[in-house]
Amino acid sequence: MAATQEEIVAGLAEIVNEIAGIPVEDVQLDKSFTDDLDVDSLSMVEVVVAAEERFDVKIPDDDVKNLKTVGDAAEYILKHQS
Amino acid sequence: MAKIKPAKGAPYARILGVGGYRPTRVVPNEVILERIDSSDEWIRSRSGIETRHWAGPEETVAAMAVEASGKAIADAGVDAAQIGAVIVSTVSHFSQTPAVATEIADKLGTDKAAAFDISAGCAGFGYGLTLAKGMVVEGSAEYVLVIGVERLSDLTDLDDRATAFLFGDGAGAVVVGPSEEPAIGPTVWGSEGDKAGTIKQTVPWDRFRVGDISQLPLDSQGNIKFPAITQEGQAVFRWAVFEMAKVAQQALDAAGVSPEELDVFIPHQANVRIIDSMVKTLKLPENVTVARDIRTTGNTSAASIPLAMERLLATGEAKSGDTALIIGFGAGLVYAATVVTLP
Repeated sequence: MAATQEEIVAGLAEIVNEIAGIPVEDVQLDKSFTDDLDVDSLSMVEVVVAAEERFDVKIPDDDVKNLKTVGDAAEYILKHQS
Repeated sequence: MAKIKPAKGAPYARILGVGGYRPTRVVPNEVILERIDSSDEWIRSRSGIETRHWAGPEETVAAMAVEASGKAIADAGVDAAQIGAVIVSTVSHFSQTPAVATEIADKLGTDKAAAFDISAGCAGFGYGLTLAKGMVVEGSAEYVLVIGVERLSDLTDLDDRATAFLFGDGAGAVVVGPSEEPAIGPTVWGSEGDKAGTIKQTVPWDRFRVGDISQLPLDSQGNIKFPAITQEGQAVFRWAVFEMAKVAQQALDAAGVSPEELDVFIPHQANVRIIDSMVKTLKLPENVTVARDIRTTGNTSAASIPLAMERLLATGEAKSGDTALIIGFGAGLVYAATVVTLP
């Protein structure tokens, strides 16, 4: 069953916490991965790969650069999950 | 039809000795920061690199290779005249003809050893090692010298903040010879040419003869820039960490070695973040010694694995007889992984 936006954000929060050590409650829709959450470009790749596995979605390299905020990522996953 | 007599090879092959050469000039991040808008903290956090070595005018590809090879030959306890073949992996020797391997073979005092260069980017050492193993077992050479050598400072765009800090110079070499026991496992190797554009030279050499500078990269003063190595950082990182972890696991499986039996992990020294993520993805036990020579050597492409191997043995972090997983990966994209017994 496809995940809801709320479930996706909660999942992303766990992933960001695991990879960058950011408290889960800080991971909100409007937060920028690089500016607010200390997720640099390489950590972002790790976040993306973990999200792909968790939500059964493919996020190509060309699309990763468009995922600036947690909201961008949640929307992308919501639209592309199988 | 005449019957052809085959050569008589050794039952198995092993690495008998290793040697390295690091240029005398140590370049800290502060020097890199004179040309790019970045910081020491940024460079360290993105790459793990604190210093790298840059070769001077006398430290040519051939000269560095001869220094490293001399140490490897001495470490192996053989005589240069016993070396039957010299394989040099490099992408930064700028005279394509003749191969630099012949000059190195001559300067080392080999007895007309077969000598040739190969081009397999950062996987070059593993490619050379695989060829050497085959030659020793097949019998076309008793001892083979495998050299990885680079002067990547010559192929670095010092104004590019994404790569200016990354590359270093140096040479690493091993002598491969006969063994009664298997000491170099099966190689898991391959290429992914569909990703050729992710790590590449900015412009091919033949553009320089066209005479039309509109096709060449120029600096802010309008001067033609020498070609440099450029890469798509995120795409390379994803491939290196997640795809190469699978290849590394396949090499362990092919050799029949479990992670618990592994003593040392020597991945290509591309970036400490790639190394750390690979270790995590592979779930290597904590007692496995992991090479992080990149911190003070930078990325030296084909030279990085033998240089890291030499340093681990020299510092005592690894010892002769240890079982090591090595994996090289880079421009091509190409890769090669195998399990070896350290010399």
